Amino acid sequence: MAEDVIRLDIVTPAGLLMSENVAAVNLPASKGSMGVLKNHAPLMTTLDIGIVKYNQANTDRYLTVSGGFAEIKDNTVIVLAEAAERAEEINVARAQASKARAEERLHDHSSRKDLDMLRCELSLHRAINRIKASKLK
Amino acid sequence: MANMRDIRRRIKSVASTQKITKAMKMVSAAKLRKTQSTLVAIRPYSDKIQEVMDHLLAGGEKYDTPFLQPRDEVKNILYIVIAGDRGLCGGYNINLLRFAEEQLKAVPEGKKGEMLLIGNKTYEHFRTRPQFNVMDVFTNIGDAPNVSQGKALSDYVIKKYLDGEVDEVHVVYSRFVSVLTQVPDCQQVLPIQQIEKAEAEADGNGMQAETDYIFEPGGKEILDVILPKYVDSSIYRLLLEAKAGEHGARMTAMDSATDNASELIDKLTLSLNRARQAQITTEITEIVGGAAALE
Repeated sequence: MAEDVIRLDIVTPAGLLMSENVAAVNLPASKGSMGVLKNHAPLMTTLDIGIVKYNQANTDRYLTVSGGFAEIKDNTVIVLAEAAERAEEINVARAQASKARAEERLHDHSSRKDLDMLRCELSLHRAINRIKASKLK
Repeated sequence: MANMRDIRRRIKSVASTQKITKAMKMVSAAKLRKTQSTLVAIRPYSDKIQEVMDHLLAGGEKYDTPFLQPRDEVKNILYIVIAGDRGLCGGYNINLLRFAEEQLKAVPEGKKGEMLLIGNKTYEHFRTRPQFNVMDVFTNIGDAPNVSQGKALSDYVIKKYLDGEVDEVHVVYSRFVSVLTQVPDCQQVLPIQQIEKAEAEADGNGMQAETDYIFEPGGKEILDVILPKYVDSSIYRLLLEAKAGEHGARMTAMDSATDNASELIDKLTLSLNRARQAQITTEITEIVGGAAALE
């Protein structure tokens, strides 16, 4: 049984989403998923769109991040993300809707050239990620 | 002396105006509080980005990124002018617009100053002044701009900057000193200025001594992620600050309007009473005069 000794702060422009003690964190780092246990070496990494998994009181919990950045130092993990959501708070219907919208846009991009393809893809990616996370709770 | 019915009518009209200004003041106070709490909420985020940036840059390594590198030749300067969507906020809009005009007039010969206008008032002002170049207009920012609005704005600006259409980006906004005071100010957002470099370096060295970070995938890649976010958060913060200033200014303006209305009502009530007294006196005189005539 691992103790909850790592402080996990999720910071977004809308405010501090969470600041709690956890036992382990799994981050969607851009070079691949990365696990953080206590006494991890100081590290800074960029994050992809993905799911942050953390273990608190012996239960796994999940939240989504839309890319960003993480700093690990002195048993503190700080995640900076443009948007983050707890898995249990995700509005699945909204995520489905935005997935459908993004797919549709990607599908008939020929009709509208002004659309930013990269943005559509990212938006699709985020929507899929949110749906995936909502199933994990 | 004005007639009593007219005075009563004026009192009624001033009182109803006073009700409106009072309500507007309270609405602005609520909006101001909301904007301020958003400003407080974003602070940990922007502070952290600043910290990471300082840390990376203080490391002594030279990172070659357009976000930090001033252009060799600055030709086009973009000014983002942030003012309100609505009036009734004292000198808030006009002070800012005048300041913006000064800034643009101060652009040296051979360089081109362009504007990105935020808020209906800026648009209304510059629409009739073709001597100033307007690049684009963002209206309907609303009273409480949210993160995605700020993001849309900064995406637009960053794109213009990276495409080389503009070489410098400044934000002209009202700095929120207090609810009573807003000072028009101009801040450069791109390329990112390292004003506190010396301090950051001193701090950074201290930090360096404590912690030697592993950078993954690398310092450059992290900077590439962090710098646009830094710009996003500074633009969003300035937008919020300008909005907070607008609400503050409106609150103050409406407060003094309410006070003025009370004063006016007092004055009118006084003259109403005088008029009434005069009328009574006249009536008494008439009765006395009439009685005297009968004798």
